[in-house]
Amino acid sequence: MSELTNLYQVLTPDGELLENIGDKLDDAMIVKMYESMVLVRAFDRKSVHLQRQGRMGTYAPFEGQEAAQIGSALALSPGDWLFPTYRDHAAAIVHGQSLSRVFLYWMGHMEGSISPEGKNIMPPCVPIATQMVHAVGTAWASKLKQEKHVSLAFFGDGASSEGDFHEALNFAGVFKTPTIFLCQNNGYAISVPLAQQSASKTIAQRGAAYDIPGIRVDGNDVFAVWLTTRAAIERGLAGLGPTLIEVITHRYGAHTTADDPTKYRDQHILAEEWRSKRDPIDRLRKYMDKHGLWNEMREAALNKQVAEQIDKALIEAESYPKSKPSDMFQHVYAEPTWMIKEQEQELPKPKGERGVTA
Amino acid sequence: MSRKLTIIQAITEAMDQKLSDDQRVMLLGEDIGVNGGVFRATDGLLEKYGPDRVVDTPLAEAGIIGSAIGLSMNGMIPIVEIQFLAFIYPGFEQIVSHAARMRYRTRGQYHVPMVIRTPYGAGIRGPELHSESVETFFAHVPGLKVVAPSSPYDAKGLLISAIEDPDPVIFLEPTKIYRAFKEEVPEEMYRVPIGKAKVAREGNDLSIFAWGAMVRVAEDAAKQIERERGWSCEVIDLRTIYPLDREAIVKSVKKTGRALVVHEAHKTAGMGAEIISIINDEALIYMKAPVKRIAGFDVPVPQFSIEDDYLPTSERVKLGIEQTIQF
Repeated sequence: MSELTNLYQVLTPDGELLENIGDKLDDAMIVKMYESMVLVRAFDRKSVHLQRQGRMGTYAPFEGQEAAQIGSALALSPGDWLFPTYRDHAAAIVHGQSLSRVFLYWMGHMEGSISPEGKNIMPPCVPIATQMVHAVGTAWASKLKQEKHVSLAFFGDGASSEGDFHEALNFAGVFKTPTIFLCQNNGYAISVPLAQQSASKTIAQRGAAYDIPGIRVDGNDVFAVWLTTRAAIERGLAGLGPTLIEVITHRYGAHTTADDPTKYRDQHILAEEWRSKRDPIDRLRKYMDKHGLWNEMREAALNKQVAEQIDKALIEAESYPKSKPSDMFQHVYAEPTWMIKEQEQELPKPKGERGVTA
Repeated sequence: MSRKLTIIQAITEAMDQKLSDDQRVMLLGEDIGVNGGVFRATDGLLEKYGPDRVVDTPLAEAGIIGSAIGLSMNGMIPIVEIQFLAFIYPGFEQIVSHAARMRYRTRGQYHVPMVIRTPYGAGIRGPELHSESVETFFAHVPGLKVVAPSSPYDAKGLLISAIEDPDPVIFLEPTKIYRAFKEEVPEEMYRVPIGKAKVAREGNDLSIFAWGAMVRVAEDAAKQIERERGWSCEVIDLRTIYPLDREAIVKSVKKTGRALVVHEAHKTAGMGAEIISIINDEALIYMKAPVKRIAGFDVPVPQFSIEDDYLPTSERVKLGIEQTIQF
């Protein structure tokens, strides 16, 4: 279990404010945070069901980590670069990725990683920590071109053991790139707890080694995550360089739908500790109720709208033209090499077409 | 106008001209700034283009290659120098899992127009792991192009093509002949196309396929055997390792009916096997003898006191020619 003390917190689990947010976070943004978190949670649950029904491939759920992803990605501007891992589709969705595109990715479609027009949402990164150095490069290019954009890279606690984590922090520190490194410390890298991952008590303290601010935040407090990310963005755009943010959170479910978390942790106790006491959505709802920003009628309307939006996206994804075998030969190079062109001809042709029959 | 340059001078000139020609081009590497690179390939470029475009990086190959991937996705054209080919391994994952795949994963939305330059090959009395020839690693990865010039003219023209190529190119520079000879090189920019071999020496009795520093070894052997035995050997400098110039390979063996591949890479799974496979597919009935490989042995490149015995020599190549012609 990660240390839960000395975290930056703005909103207590009871929905009380610990500092004045009036001039920074308006009610419209707060409602947007809530609606986004409700949407992505419903999307996440739907995805797990779809995998169980055989309509999607292996899926990496994020339930429990909504505030970490929504709070940080909502702080971005449209042209900012987002580097999600395979668990960060909530962040991708609020930065502009369509729900149907995310479904396509998990359905194994060749076009599942296309970024929406005008957005720089990178494909979900599978090899751990490797995307962090890309976020240094894109931010570096923004700086060289004098464009006011930051790059936000997500990673997990396990990634902090990888060499690329250190190389990314070091490069970003040296070249003062406007990169935000956002660690969702959910306590486990699949099954290995943080205490076995590192003798470091925190991920944030690693920033000191590279002279980068390292901030520890309550990752289930969407206000704290948003405010911290905003400050890091402003710092980056002011030319002051990167920031390392460690948000403490918890994934309620398995690492992926192919994983059984009961093998390595007591799901019941964790559910009690996190879902019932520190849930990010419940927490924000308590605040909104107290401040008259929400009511049951709006909740019912939102749930209905979210269900419809997800169903519509699923219909879109399931009726999207299937990837064709020949698609695998496209986009390996700008111009295919002779080998690729010839090998494409070796594909069995569907019956009825000229050539070899399937 | 042209003047005589070495390979390393031709490489410097190509980078200099592209830095001047295209503001997106930048150099990254270890000791490439003030020091001008361990082989001086970037000598003088920091003074000319400043530290934003000629960047001395921290000593971390994954960091260099990974950040260059990000730079290239966001509009820059980075040329990365890796000090020696065997030092590339910490950055291998970045090359294989990202540089080579970004275009594919995003269906052409993002691409990685970067060049990774690195000296390769044995014969310079280097310490351990300064002499490798592992071009096959990269030729095996869809999404990469692999180039290895053997002359100053080709070095400049191929490097300019590599910098202008929209896909990542691994640019292998034969360390041993960096300064071995000079050749006329035009002052202006010109391009040598990637994927095209050249006939380095015409002949009728046997085709020798080589690249990098092995081209000169093949040419020496061809000259000697002509003098000693009267056989005429054609030497094809492949220049690009992926994609191989199949037409040039097939055209030559259809003429000669015999072939030999010389490479300093380890024999097993080296590119020689791929060349034999092309001949098998396209020209088997023209062949009068099995295709021979004179290659580096399947051992780690040894310490330098015996590295010359590891490398293919003109003597070994001559023996191979004899065995093939007298098969």
